[in-house]
Amino acid sequence: MSAPSYPAAGAVPAPRVLVGLLAEFEDVDGVVSAAKCVRDAGFQRWDVHSPFPIHGIDRAMGIRATVLPWLVLGGGVAGVSAGLLVAWYANAFDYPLYVSGKPLMSLPAFIPVIFELGVLLAALTAVFGMLGLNRLPMLHNPLFHSERFRRVTNDRFFIVIEATDPLFAEPAVAELLLSAGAVHVERMETEED
Amino acid sequence: MATVDTVSQQVDRVDNTTDDPTVRAPLVLGGKDFTAVTETVASIAQRKPPLAWYIAFGISLALLGLLGACLAYLVSTGVGVWGNNQPVAWAFDIVNFVFWVGIGHAGTLISAILFLLRQNWRTSINRFAEAMTIFAVVCAGLFPAIHVGRPWLAYWLFPIPNQMGMWPQFRSPLLWDVFAVSTYATVSLLFWYVGMLPDLATLRDRAVGKVRQIVYGVLALGWNGSSRHWHRFERAYLLLAALATPLVLSVHSVVSFDFATSQVAGWHTTLFPPYFVAGAVFGGFAMVITLAVPARQLFGLKDLITLRHLENMCKVLLGTGLIVAYAYGTELFIAWYSGAHYERFAFINRFRGPMAWSAWLMVLCNVVAPQLLWFKKARTNVWVMLVVAMFVNVGMWFERFVIIVTSLTRDYLPSSWGGYSPTWVDLGMLAGSFGLFFTLFLLFLRFGPVVAMAEVKTVMPQAHLKHPTTADERKFDYQPDEHHHHRPARGGHP
Repeated sequence: MSAPSYPAAGAVPAPRVLVGLLAEFEDVDGVVSAAKCVRDAGFQRWDVHSPFPIHGIDRAMGIRATVLPWLVLGGGVAGVSAGLLVAWYANAFDYPLYVSGKPLMSLPAFIPVIFELGVLLAALTAVFGMLGLNRLPMLHNPLFHSERFRRVTNDRFFIVIEATDPLFAEPAVAELLLSAGAVHVERMETEED
Repeated sequence: MATVDTVSQQVDRVDNTTDDPTVRAPLVLGGKDFTAVTETVASIAQRKPPLAWYIAFGISLALLGLLGACLAYLVSTGVGVWGNNQPVAWAFDIVNFVFWVGIGHAGTLISAILFLLRQNWRTSINRFAEAMTIFAVVCAGLFPAIHVGRPWLAYWLFPIPNQMGMWPQFRSPLLWDVFAVSTYATVSLLFWYVGMLPDLATLRDRAVGKVRQIVYGVLALGWNGSSRHWHRFERAYLLLAALATPLVLSVHSVVSFDFATSQVAGWHTTLFPPYFVAGAVFGGFAMVITLAVPARQLFGLKDLITLRHLENMCKVLLGTGLIVAYAYGTELFIAWYSGAHYERFAFINRFRGPMAWSAWLMVLCNVVAPQLLWFKKARTNVWVMLVVAMFVNVGMWFERFVIIVTSLTRDYLPSSWGGYSPTWVDLGMLAGSFGLFFTLFLLFLRFGPVVAMAEVKTVMPQAHLKHPTTADERKFDYQPDEHHHHRPARGGHP
């Protein structure tokens, strides 16, 4: 099972392109120590896949902090500004509306709407920013061709080293992954565009 | 069903309700590994549900039909089919609105506030508590929309440029409500869905049949467990929790402003925002218990939603119940101490007037019944907690009824005093809103990932490095305690 396996092609064999190598690991310790090996070997285009976020994997892989919080701050500021603007425009500028002798631009009474819009836009930015940075939705992914990879949402851990990595050389990478403790390594392929 | 039961019977049931702070109680029982957790949760969505599900779903659908019929009658005839009158212009419609929007608050408390406070036990219950929030907000949103009288004009509530050249009034709490509740609904939905992505991917990867593969596949958005994705995912989740926390506090505060900023005696109180928020969490936790106890029983989730989880919820119920009781006392005290004539009368009328029965029912349900939960025996008995939760469900509905209806029946001028009695349409819509809620909830139980599998896995000892080498690897929420299975459950220390 540890030899590279070639997924069966369809009825019409299409030319297939190697996307990368997919290595399977049985537990957290195995995948984290292997990730350190891959990091130290200097690979750039690779990833660790797991059923849940592994604590310490960011350091083991050398992942830098995401820019997402700054985007969310921007979303929040935009929401607050929008709230202020719409309340002022609607009740103080476009259709001046006097209520109980309060000033037209009655900021304290506008705060709830300003606050809610700030939260709303920040939350929308958090979600769509996260999805955008992760390039999701992406329903088609060469990873999904692998039968074994289905266990990534259950109990198994995977390391993928992409063929586009400058250091990629098929037999050497497979050996590196196996020596790092992979229980199975397979070729990840896709049909030629 | 059968397989789950035999698995859980094979292992000793560990009592994880220990109060010993030196022992870290396990949050997943039954000797489960990752696969067993996936199996327990995902198989619920894959197999035929138990008979009780069909019975409950049938009843819920019937009630939903009743809601539909009442809605059709209401919209085609007018709000006169309700018992609302002058001076009681707000009645069941607004009572139901406040009741349902309050129910939702417990879900957000569990998903956001307990997350920020690193209460790991939330992972087993947060998913369906969040689902409860969404469905409760759906029920809540229905009532203001039909309460406006001409629901086809409900879009006037939003600042949309229109041919009349008019805008909503941004100084009005009723407009704040529109923004608060719609933001709350949106953020809760996002929070729920984003948290569910990894679990939808689990269902996708186990799906049998084209339809399920496509539906779960599309819903999972191509989630593949990439660590680079997880990194941003965790960040987004933390940010959403941090945003949802002030949001949930603001929502019921804004709802309370609908009353507190008015001049009606019995409503015009600065106490209302914290009092409403505490009441919302209190009522919501009662609903979580009401849903969790039967669900864990029917779907074999006892090893994930353990007795410890239920006991913790009972503690929250007792704690928030005490805040509510304190608020009742403060309201009465201030009514007396303020010397405000009308305020005093409003509270005397509340407890001595023609609708005093509802106020005393509220006190019985919300103040007296939860006191049972001081006893550990009561907190660890599912029947007792279910009965207490039922009392609270009823009590919290009546709290809103008492505040809204009894205050309105007695205005400043005795000449404008009135009474109130609901019509069959009022009662039908109340029952029907439960039908809507339970239909949605049962569908979720049937097809969704009811427990946050990925999150539960992170609080299991297997999720952590056996030999962490850096401070970063050592820094995790759950400290696996090698010995917890061998220690006596209680009284193991001198």
